[in-house]
Amino acid sequence: MIHIDRSMVGLAAATLILAAAGGFVPDWLAFILTLALAKALVVQGVVLQMRAGLVSFGQGLFFCVGGYAVGMGGHFFGINDAPVLLLAGALAAVALAAVLGLLMTRYRDIFFAMLSLALSMILFGVLVKSSELGSTDGFNVHPATFFGLSFKTEAYKTALYLLTVLLAGGGALVLHLVHHSGLGRMWEAIRENEIRVEYLGLSPRWLLYANYLLAAAFAALGGGLTALATGHIDPEMSFWTTSGEFVFIALLGGTSHVAAPMVAAVLFAFVRTYAIEFTPHTWQMILGFVLLGIIVFLPKGLWSLVRSEKRAKA
Amino acid sequence: MTTFYAIFIDGMIYASWLFLVAAGLTVIYGVMRILNMAHGSFYAIGAYCAASMVGWYFSDFDGNPYLSYLLLIGCALVAGLVVGVVIEQGLLRFMYKRNELLMIIITYALLLILEDTTKLAFGVDPYFTYQPYALLGRSDIGGLAFANYDLLLVAVSAIIGLGCWLVLNRTHVGKVLRAVIHDREIAVAMGVNVRLMFAGTFIVGTTLGALAGALTAPSISVSPGIGVEVIVLAFAVVVVGGLGSIEGAIVGALLVGMTRSLAVHLAPQIELFVIYGVMSLVLAVRPQGLFGRTLARKI
Amino acid sequence: MSTPILQTKSLCRSFGAVTAARDLDVTINPGEIVGVIGSNGAGKTTFINMVTGYLPPSSGQILFEGRSILGKPPRAIIRMGMARSFQVAQLFPELTVLENMLIALVAAEGPRPSFFLPMASAKRMRQAKELLAEFGVERFGDSVVSAVPQGARKLIDIAMALISTPRMLLLDEPTSGVSVEEKFGLMDTVMRAVRHHGVTVLFVEHDMEIVERYVSRVLAFYSGEIISDGTPAQVFADEKVRELVIGHGHGTEKKRNMA
Repeated sequence: MIHIDRSMVGLAAATLILAAAGGFVPDWLAFILTLALAKALVVQGVVLQMRAGLVSFGQGLFFCVGGYAVGMGGHFFGINDAPVLLLAGALAAVALAAVLGLLMTRYRDIFFAMLSLALSMILFGVLVKSSELGSTDGFNVHPATFFGLSFKTEAYKTALYLLTVLLAGGGALVLHLVHHSGLGRMWEAIRENEIRVEYLGLSPRWLLYANYLLAAAFAALGGGLTALATGHIDPEMSFWTTSGEFVFIALLGGTSHVAAPMVAAVLFAFVRTYAIEFTPHTWQMILGFVLLGIIVFLPKGLWSLVRSEKRAKA
Repeated sequence: MTTFYAIFIDGMIYASWLFLVAAGLTVIYGVMRILNMAHGSFYAIGAYCAASMVGWYFSDFDGNPYLSYLLLIGCALVAGLVVGVVIEQGLLRFMYKRNELLMIIITYALLLILEDTTKLAFGVDPYFTYQPYALLGRSDIGGLAFANYDLLLVAVSAIIGLGCWLVLNRTHVGKVLRAVIHDREIAVAMGVNVRLMFAGTFIVGTTLGALAGALTAPSISVSPGIGVEVIVLAFAVVVVGGLGSIEGAIVGALLVGMTRSLAVHLAPQIELFVIYGVMSLVLAVRPQGLFGRTLARKI
Repeated sequence: MSTPILQTKSLCRSFGAVTAARDLDVTINPGEIVGVIGSNGAGKTTFINMVTGYLPPSSGQILFEGRSILGKPPRAIIRMGMARSFQVAQLFPELTVLENMLIALVAAEGPRPSFFLPMASAKRMRQAKELLAEFGVERFGDSVVSAVPQGARKLIDIAMALISTPRMLLLDEPTSGVSVEEKFGLMDTVMRAVRHHGVTVLFVEHDMEIVERYVSRVLAFYSGEIISDGTPAQVFADEKVRELVIGHGHGTEKKRNMA
């Protein structure tokens, strides 16, 4: 039986409030929120991996696949419906992950981090040299329709905002269930002691394979939404620093609650908007110091500040 | 035949550059078990220091142009030493107890900080210091012209590789370091001052990184982002060779360098692809790298 | 006679120049409680590691209930009805004791856990608490494992092994790291549970007092070979065993002095 808890009610309420706000928030704000929540979807995948003890410095790979699927769908295949494009991107990412996962599930720790980085850089290298796809410049994404309906500029942005809010909120709800399910807790068990999991009769590789696929799907959704929101895609999406940013946001929020990546992504987006405006050359420095601060003072991320229930430590 | 020469010599030049870039990374990992993401920043800092000093030397100080090479190396040594001491003493030594994965993230934070520090210190406009590069002229090998500076780099790289190997295998310090590499706990139990070894290793590592940057500066446009690009190449090299092994880094650099050279001459569109392709292939077949050791977990 | 529950035939394993197992022929029948003794490096843990698929033997045969388990990974062997505990308890240190048990319960239900049904169902919570009570560690339920004393961790480790309802249980030094005061209490608890579940047990133990008290049969290992096999009285009376195993170990004496 699925038990409906406080977190789920809260998530559903927050999603509805954000969606309703879409009617009157100013354009620039809706744009920032759209991008932040799209990013939050990718970060959910990174968090999923972190809960299993894996840190990926290459999640940009699937982010990029999602983005390019949306762009190429419009450009080359005449598909222009946003949900269809997003689904196509997610499927493409899962298909790729299904192949790469066979390899990736053999690695842990720094090897997983490095190999994921290398794989995303392979895609970067391929895209940079693909003149049909605009090489380093990438290309512009056609405006999409939503379930067959097309919108003008203003309404288009609102529609995209709504779609993003619903996907981010719905995705978080699903992940909340996943985190507390038998499978979700088994990922934590792998992080804690893989040998024991094997000796409980389960295959850690199979469990991590499922984890890898799910994370890829979320990254692709986020990439697709980002492509639609910015109207542009380029190989930078697969460059390792993009993946580094996802890791940063994941650590900022922490892994203990599905709302954390969303809060962290929104916070990140606002701070960046202002920091880049006022002190363009210290933005990364701020990130670096914040990251060190989190590691030293808040190893469970910002969310540990708002979490009321504490684990008894006897 | 000409193509063969070109591939071989270009490959050697690129491989020796890769080794220069990767040497510091592998030394630090070998001894300290820190996969240092900020290594690219040390490279960038070395390159900026050298480029600005050598630029000043040629424009405002009318000295013997050949002395600029000393200046190049001097800059790298000073920059590496200062940065190494500040980071090791100011940050890293408080972090040694943490696991390898967290160390990656800590050095990633360091990279973010150093990237902007470099921008603040040197601005965002590119630096060009072609003089030391142009000064040495070109040589004709098998009908192809190569910059003597590049050929010199092959020698420098070989000297550094040999130097590292000699220190590790033929000196007392090297013996102690190998003990630390082999089993840190036993080394501590035997009275090795691991703190001192770590500090020394880190400073040598940063200096090697800065030296790589300084030596590269005359042949590139020094601009923001060079460190971020270089670090992934260095990763590829050390991962192919086996993390922490100097021999591995040499072989990794040769393998990656030659493969890339082949690609550049025969199939330029896969140039970037092959580097990481080689890395992924090696990891898939031999996760510990060509010269790495595996450790089974005892239960 | 019924099929032996565990049988090895000329099992060999070496690590470089060190031989950890040389032509081991072991037959264990259902219902037996077998103790394995031997000094450090005699090949006891290697034997358990080979039998549970963690370490491939260099050569030889291993049959569990008449079926070969050679080449099978530990998880497959666990699913066939074998289980083991570890010298150093292998738990999930940052999760609570209750969560540890719940995870083991989920695992026992099948190799593909649900991705949406919650782990902490009412039924599993009840089962987990019952098990913790059976092992006398229910008071630690809400503590994280890393904060629980060594002896309790060993019990939790064994309790987790029993969740898969194995027919054979291998215990790797159940009392190592446990204080002298606690060790008999711990073994009493374990043996009660084992009898309750009707499990065949093979356990490796340094402590001769423990072996003497709880087993019906002893295997004495010395440098990868079995030098004696019989009732505790027979094995302990064996000249070779006295010289090579018990003489080496002095396990009981030393531990007592240190505690």
